[in-house]
Amino acid sequence: MQHVEKHPILSVESLRKVYGAGAGAVEAIGNLDFTVARNELICIVGPSGAGKTTFLRCLSGLLAPTSGQVVLEGKKVEGPPEGMAVVLQEYSRSLYPWMTVYDNVELPLKAKGLPAGERRTAVTEALGAVGLSSSTKAYPWQLSGGMQQRVAIARAIAYRPKILVMDEPFAAVDAQTRAELEDLVRDLWQRLGVTVLFVTHDIDESVYLGQRVLVLSSAPTFIMEEVRIGLPDERDQLSTRALPEFARLRTQVYELIQQAKLVTYRTERPVAGEAVSHSV
Amino acid sequence: MTTAPVQARKQPGKGSRREPLLWGMLGIGTLLALFEIIPRFGLINSRYVPPLSDVLAALGGQLTDAGFWTALGSTILGWLLGLAIASVLGVVGGVVVASIPLVNRMLSSTIEFLRPIPSVALVPIAALLFGTTMQATLLLVVFASFWQVLVQVMYGVRDIDRVALDTARTYRLGTFWTVRRVVWPSIMPYVVIGIRLAAAVALILEITGELVIGSPGIGKLIVIAQSSVATSTMYALVLVAALLGVLVNVGTRHIEHRVLFWHASVRSEGA
Amino acid sequence: MKTGKLSAWLFVTLAVPAVILALWTLLAELTESLYWPSPLAIARVFPKAWLDGRMTEDVLPSLVRLALGYLCALAIGIAVGLVVGSVRRLRLAVEPVFEFFRAIPPPVLVPIMMLIAGIGDGMKISVIAFGCVWPILINTVEGVRGIDGVQIDTARSYSLRRRQRLLNVTIPSAAPKIFVGARQSLAIGLIMMVISEMFAASNGLGYNIVQFQRLFQLKEMWSGIILLGIIGVAANAIFKLVEKRCLRWYLGMQSQER
Repeated sequence: MQHVEKHPILSVESLRKVYGAGAGAVEAIGNLDFTVARNELICIVGPSGAGKTTFLRCLSGLLAPTSGQVVLEGKKVEGPPEGMAVVLQEYSRSLYPWMTVYDNVELPLKAKGLPAGERRTAVTEALGAVGLSSSTKAYPWQLSGGMQQRVAIARAIAYRPKILVMDEPFAAVDAQTRAELEDLVRDLWQRLGVTVLFVTHDIDESVYLGQRVLVLSSAPTFIMEEVRIGLPDERDQLSTRALPEFARLRTQVYELIQQAKLVTYRTERPVAGEAVSHSV
Repeated sequence: MTTAPVQARKQPGKGSRREPLLWGMLGIGTLLALFEIIPRFGLINSRYVPPLSDVLAALGGQLTDAGFWTALGSTILGWLLGLAIASVLGVVGGVVVASIPLVNRMLSSTIEFLRPIPSVALVPIAALLFGTTMQATLLLVVFASFWQVLVQVMYGVRDIDRVALDTARTYRLGTFWTVRRVVWPSIMPYVVIGIRLAAAVALILEITGELVIGSPGIGKLIVIAQSSVATSTMYALVLVAALLGVLVNVGTRHIEHRVLFWHASVRSEGA
Repeated sequence: MKTGKLSAWLFVTLAVPAVILALWTLLAELTESLYWPSPLAIARVFPKAWLDGRMTEDVLPSLVRLALGYLCALAIGIAVGLVVGSVRRLRLAVEPVFEFFRAIPPPVLVPIMMLIAGIGDGMKISVIAFGCVWPILINTVEGVRGIDGVQIDTARSYSLRRRQRLLNVTIPSAAPKIFVGARQSLAIGLIMMVISEMFAASNGLGYNIVQFQRLFQLKEMWSGIILLGIIGVAANAIFKLVEKRCLRWYLGMQSQER
């Protein structure tokens, strides 16, 4: 069932996270095992309460896992890795309100130690790529939610990450903006050749965007199923979503999610016990 | 969001709640120990800073002195009276000024000019008018704390829901009931905040008046102790003033919490 | 149209102060009270009282002491606040201590500092600094503590270095709170400047006002009070200007939320 690549850019190996210790311990992640290939666009979808945030914090090196490891380009992740950029759902909080759009995008590049000239090119290109060339001097809070999220995306791609991690990035924007931003992500992914790991709770979004969808269980999280998305590479909000294959895939993922919810209701596990086998 | 239930349970129960208290006690304990040790071992001349034990002994002496209790009473009375007068004036003035647009606009320049005037500028006038009586200091206290209340109340009136006011008007509620049922509840939080800020300022000016003008109170005793080189007594009295300050801060914050416990939750629901 | 608006604004702004001044003048001239000299009389003595040497020998030293004490308090308060705010256990330990020092009515520091540092400039500057430092310190700690977790995570995930994080994230994020403390401290600083001079000094604005009062030169005394008022208003205006520049993003954000 596991999808094994010859040269994975990212591999998550037996990742497990338990909060606290003793009787009050809470197991957030049971066991996660998967790999992501170079230039892949992979979606991770799970029911609410699936420990997605915990998983992402482990993945991005903000939180140490209890056991197991994350390996990015052959190196174990022990702090925030340099080759990764993260786009969070809370765009209004992840952008710094005291900096202009331009400065927000530039800041990580300064941290990287890029010379001024290169920084300018990178920032201008990235803002151009997300269609914000005219708002460079604005402050984030002067922009709409969708535009703020574009800034966050620009900041991430200007950083030239090996892998772009997106944590429910469009959960807080309206439906039309969301469709636009989904197409933007597909477009950037194809043009820039970056690897994208996209976490969402929206089933349609995961099917529309991904080449592959991993369905998570409820906490303690494990991978329920991996779904290959055999949709054509050129996707379009209207025609792709109207394909019978799209409908079939979304039904499949939907049923898996329903199943995921049931699984946890049925599993009465010893709190700090052994990791349960994760085959379904 | 998705892991909220997990993270909420993440906090281990009792240990973390007791932890701030323990660290806080450690901090205060260290301060007290330093206060004793540094002068005791001559790191600072104990003529300037006497060790804590001497100060506490002097404090004990004060506690058995009727003069001390009279002074403490004067300080508290002056503070309370000044705060009360300033609060009433501030609330009434704030409501009147802020709810009549023309008055508001015409007075705003005057208020903007008068407010930053340091209240100690009034010291000589107060001394001239009232000598070394309690009234002299009262004038300073009222002047300084009045602005705190006034400004907060004016913010509050500006924050009243227009719809609520219009509703009151369509039901022909009349001025009294409009104020009672619409204006007062919405400015209440601001009044409480204003009075809390005013309480601290009032205490500062009360002590200032006693120190500089010589009105009766703890401040006057401090000056007397200083001029008679009763250093330990002076420190003991300063300690009393500080404890009074702590009491005012903690007390007003506690009252604000009790009165406004609904306020934050109401607000976050509205947002 | 524009001049009409301007004159309307002038009328609204100046009408009340003008009426107050007129009434004051009228009453003073009618009653010829010693205690309440008319504004005209005060204006007449003002140049002789202040511009004839006292400006440089008294007012300027007062202002320099205020500025030095206040700037010391700012530097110490912000620096210590940044450290304490980012180390949780240190914060828990020293916060009650800070609260205690903040609660001391600052004027009582004058007799203590006189004991320790005499009656010179050092005493006055340290009294001002000691009185001003606590609100700045406590608010800085609160500001640092209140930084949004997402903002910190973002800084970490982009591997911002310590200095960059401090300058670009921690300080700007705490700035609104720091300004709240600095504003409270400015009022305290003015009070401390005057009191330290009223208590023990041979020069300075506060010293002179009290001298005028003791010599019963009431017009001069009033002119000093008014000068002090003007200094208070000016200090406040400068503060607001700086705040507006430094917190443009914050004020803009707030006005948008409204």
